[in-house]
Amino acid sequence: MSVLVFKAILVLVLFLISLGIAAYSTYAERKVAAFLQDRIGPDRAGPFGLLQPIADGVKMFLKEEIIPNVSDKLLFIAGPCIFMLTALMTSAVIPWGKALEFGGQIYNLQVADINIGVLYVLGVVSLGVYGIMIGGWASNNKYALLGAVRASSQMISYELAMGMSVIAVLLMSNGTLSLNDIVASQGTGKLYGFIDISGMNWNVFYQPLGFIIFLVCAFAETNRTPFDLPESESELIGGFHTEYSSMKLGLYLFAEYINMFISSAVIACLFFGGYNFPGIDYLGTVLPHNVVSIISVAALFGKIFFFIFFFMWVRWTIPRFRYDQLMRLGWQVLMPLAIINVLITGAVLTYFGN
Amino acid sequence: MMNSQLIFFMLAALSILSALFVVFSKNPIYSVLWLIVCFFSIAGHYIMLNAQFLAIVHIIVYTGAIMVLMLFTVMLLNLNKESEPHKSVMYKGAAVLTGGMLMLVLLAAMRSTQLGTYVAPGRAETGFVQNVGLKLFTDFLLPFEMTSVLFIAAMIGAVVLAKKEVH
Repeated sequence: MSVLVFKAILVLVLFLISLGIAAYSTYAERKVAAFLQDRIGPDRAGPFGLLQPIADGVKMFLKEEIIPNVSDKLLFIAGPCIFMLTALMTSAVIPWGKALEFGGQIYNLQVADINIGVLYVLGVVSLGVYGIMIGGWASNNKYALLGAVRASSQMISYELAMGMSVIAVLLMSNGTLSLNDIVASQGTGKLYGFIDISGMNWNVFYQPLGFIIFLVCAFAETNRTPFDLPESESELIGGFHTEYSSMKLGLYLFAEYINMFISSAVIACLFFGGYNFPGIDYLGTVLPHNVVSIISVAALFGKIFFFIFFFMWVRWTIPRFRYDQLMRLGWQVLMPLAIINVLITGAVLTYFGN
Repeated sequence: MMNSQLIFFMLAALSILSALFVVFSKNPIYSVLWLIVCFFSIAGHYIMLNAQFLAIVHIIVYTGAIMVLMLFTVMLLNLNKESEPHKSVMYKGAAVLTGGMLMLVLLAAMRSTQLGTYVAPGRAETGFVQNVGLKLFTDFLLPFEMTSVLFIAAMIGAVVLAKKEVH
């Protein structure tokens, strides 16, 4: 099997996994909400309501599709497509596990190991806003436009603090921007120079502040509560997707869950060692290489599922911000904190060497 | 080499066509969107020249930030054909004159240009972040610092303009 064929299969598998996780995130969201509010949640479709996402999908497909007469038809259709496209694009640079090895041939579990991986993620994130803006404007509806405008200003504001918090991580990664190298570097060396657990040299132990800033920004970028002002029901009906129905609405809602999944993966890769797990070197000596690789994939997905759960936990715990509070938090709190974090990291690295 | 040449011609055609659509679109929103397509094709040119870093920074800065703000402004202004201000003949004449003069300068510059044979830079030489960074902080340190001073001046200017006057 040539590497190209393997990459093609990997792309397909990642696509299906993203969609599958997004579908079951909707189920998980309801179950988590039910758990936090002391209810039962969906339990009718299949055992424990496990078929609920499929039922929802069928419902979405079968509903009547309405395109408003006054809308810009082309852009109205393009909006959800662009949003979905940008949501799916980031998964290309994430290293999903240690490389597999069959018959001397090494297969990297990463679609594209480009040497600007982190910048690619930031670039795609910054494109995500177009889906919302175009959809919101093309609807020709005041609420949709307000939602779109809110989304774009919110995402631009939080991108800055997000990029700044990533710079502190990049300073520590020996000058590489490749996500694969950043993850690999978190699997070698001793934590703080003396705690010797293999695969535990995670960035979060060096960059707790950077992690918190990145996490808050990830919430804002994915438009999740407490920063879901673009679609706040109590103020804007549905925000940017007020006019959407049927599967176009489905695409918007779905892409939000894919964004959540991908940003969880990026958080895991940048701060929580990606596919590294404690004792990865020891397991490498007693188990075959490919088994360790599969365990590493499972470790990464474990981290991702934890962060998806965290996203939901926060959603059902913290109320929505007001818009001026959101802007003040982004510009006057997170941004200076991120810059101070970069300065401290740089000073410490210069003073102590690496 | 045939393949990269084919990709180059496709990208070049896309750049020129999208740039033309920017000018000829009746709807300002479509103009902005075509400009975004144009920026993407230019980022593609950067990648063809092995300048990955430049390409992604181009996308982040221009398509990701500046064009979003531009789209934002156009959407809020709600420009459309009915509200387009009618420009007087004098304005149109001045626009044609200045545009024609710019074209004259460009044509003159193009005539005196020596077209050398193009050599694709090697992978190790250009484009990667390390090399761009090294160049910026050694050979081009002064221009780099001057640019940052310029940016700070622009930022302070924007803050001053946006601030309400206190009476």
